[in-house]
Amino acid sequence: MAFSEHRLIFKNIDAPGYTRDIACYQKHGGYEILKKGLAMGGPAIREEVKKSQLRGRGGAGFPTGTKWSFIDPAKTTKPIYLICNADESEPGTFKDRQIIYKDPHQLIEGMILSCFANGVKLAYLYIRCEFTEGWKILEKALAEAKAAGFLGKNILQSGYDLEIHVHRGAGAYICGEETGLIESLEGKRAYPRIKPPYFPAVLGLYMCPTIVNNVETLCNVKHIVEMGGDAYAKIGRPNNTGTRLLCVSGDVVKPGYYEFPCGAITLGQLIFNVCGGIRNGRRLKAVIPGGSSAKVLRAGEVYKIKEKDSQGNLVDREVKLEDLRMDFDSLAAAGSMAGSGGVIVMDDTRDMVECLANISTFYAHESCGQCTPCREGVLWLKKILSRVAEGHGRDEDPALLKDVADRIAGRTICAFGEAAAWPVQSFLGKFKEEFQLRIRRNGAAAKRDTISLTH
Amino acid sequence: MSVPLHAGTESCVGAEKGEITPVLEKQADELVSRYPISKRSAVLPLLHLWQETFGYIGPRGVEWIARKLSLQEIQVLELVTFYPWFRQQPYGKFHFRVCRTLPCALGGSGKTFAALQKLMNLKADGHEGAMISEDGRFSLEYSECLASCGTAPVVLRNDEFYEKVDEKRATELVAGCQ
Repeated sequence: MAFSEHRLIFKNIDAPGYTRDIACYQKHGGYEILKKGLAMGGPAIREEVKKSQLRGRGGAGFPTGTKWSFIDPAKTTKPIYLICNADESEPGTFKDRQIIYKDPHQLIEGMILSCFANGVKLAYLYIRCEFTEGWKILEKALAEAKAAGFLGKNILQSGYDLEIHVHRGAGAYICGEETGLIESLEGKRAYPRIKPPYFPAVLGLYMCPTIVNNVETLCNVKHIVEMGGDAYAKIGRPNNTGTRLLCVSGDVVKPGYYEFPCGAITLGQLIFNVCGGIRNGRRLKAVIPGGSSAKVLRAGEVYKIKEKDSQGNLVDREVKLEDLRMDFDSLAAAGSMAGSGGVIVMDDTRDMVECLANISTFYAHESCGQCTPCREGVLWLKKILSRVAEGHGRDEDPALLKDVADRIAGRTICAFGEAAAWPVQSFLGKFKEEFQLRIRRNGAAAKRDTISLTH
Repeated sequence: MSVPLHAGTESCVGAEKGEITPVLEKQADELVSRYPISKRSAVLPLLHLWQETFGYIGPRGVEWIARKLSLQEIQVLELVTFYPWFRQQPYGKFHFRVCRTLPCALGGSGKTFAALQKLMNLKADGHEGAMISEDGRFSLEYSECLASCGTAPVVLRNDEFYEKVDEKRATELVAGCQ
């Protein structure tokens, strides 16, 4: 059975002859929606976004319309800022890269509409500097948009002024956290701010109301303005509306990026039909469904999920891993999350100790160091996991790892603590026997039977 | 043989050589103008500009940026030591970053790294961070996720991005360093 994509945001990406310059974008109807949006007015756009039930695509899945509603442009006396979070760095995620490199004007149009809707006069596009070509592409696209009158003073004679500047990060994952990003944009170390009181909607950039939205989220705004919030909400499932960009990596035949209505396909269909199944005729062992921070799912698992039946009553349903819908609520109900849409697949040759040690190495490298439980804890997680992986594990190590992870989650200023703890908790909980076996076969006998994933 | 690189001022190789040209000043001023509310926001852009011009950020860069933005030097230096992209010593003429995060690791980035290390004749020194060849031609380090997990393993060679870099492709990339 074939599964055809529903390409809304990726419509023109990889289309033959499609280029990233403004002429090509306009030939395909580009910036027409901006004209429509300017005529609608800001409050109307905000209303449509609310109706669309769009949820943020950066990882947390917070409703965008609600996020915007925390700020009332008519009442606030301070300037309002909007920042596009293009610091894509959640392991397993590579969707924003496609938009930035192949269709930058779609992002810019979505961003201008979002700025206009919220009375923003100055906006920044925070891009990770490892996108060494990406920031140049955006600079060029912004210049093109400005020359065409879509940015700058009096946009399309509407009386609305907007400047957007590109701001490059410098290799720190924590800048993807919105308050860390704001600190970084203020020229400081990217130490996330504590909430309350530093909700970006109140005390954001320069202590002014600030909206931080992901690249994919801002692109969605363009499509919501185009088709209307109600029509957009019909794509996908209730509370999981619109399309979702899914990035699949790891041990599948056809890794890549795909776009489907939210929840339209299951995890099994994504892996086995869309991505051609597991590489080299192997079997599925584990999958991380929403970026490396999401809890791992083990092949063969069955989840008890509460769902509404046709009468609207909540009923328990047993759902196999393969039958999990790829949407926010289903993956959350299975104890993991849709996160940033990065699906990492591992086959049955993979050593879960090595995989987890690799993930923890990432978090140990990326902890900003502000909160002690995280700064010290993730380093110990990495050290203990490395020694287990290298054949020097101790009997008490699995319990020790769990203990350390449990003491990080919930005890930090930002969600990085959870992001670092969840993989450890879930890998240990679901593949306990592998950790014990590795420790039993310690020392000289602990020959690595897989390619080392730790460095 | 390889020379270890460490974070921290004590290992800094000394002041950057080269002229601060009027062109550089102009570029810097344009960057500062993007932040009308707070000049301090321009620290990262100026650090990028300096590193791209002089190859690394030493005491001259820190002082110049601090003066330009009316900051204390520590307010600049603390960013150099926080953000992994910035370096206090020059890298090789050809700097390679190999992604080591899970999807790339599953795709064999460990083998890619080992191949590059051998081709560049670099020895691990037990320290985190980049290895640099004695002649200053090559340097190599692991990088965290470069956001192209579907085409693992991926490599950055200076500013150029390469996908699906297996050992054979790694050999070609090194051979292509002219």
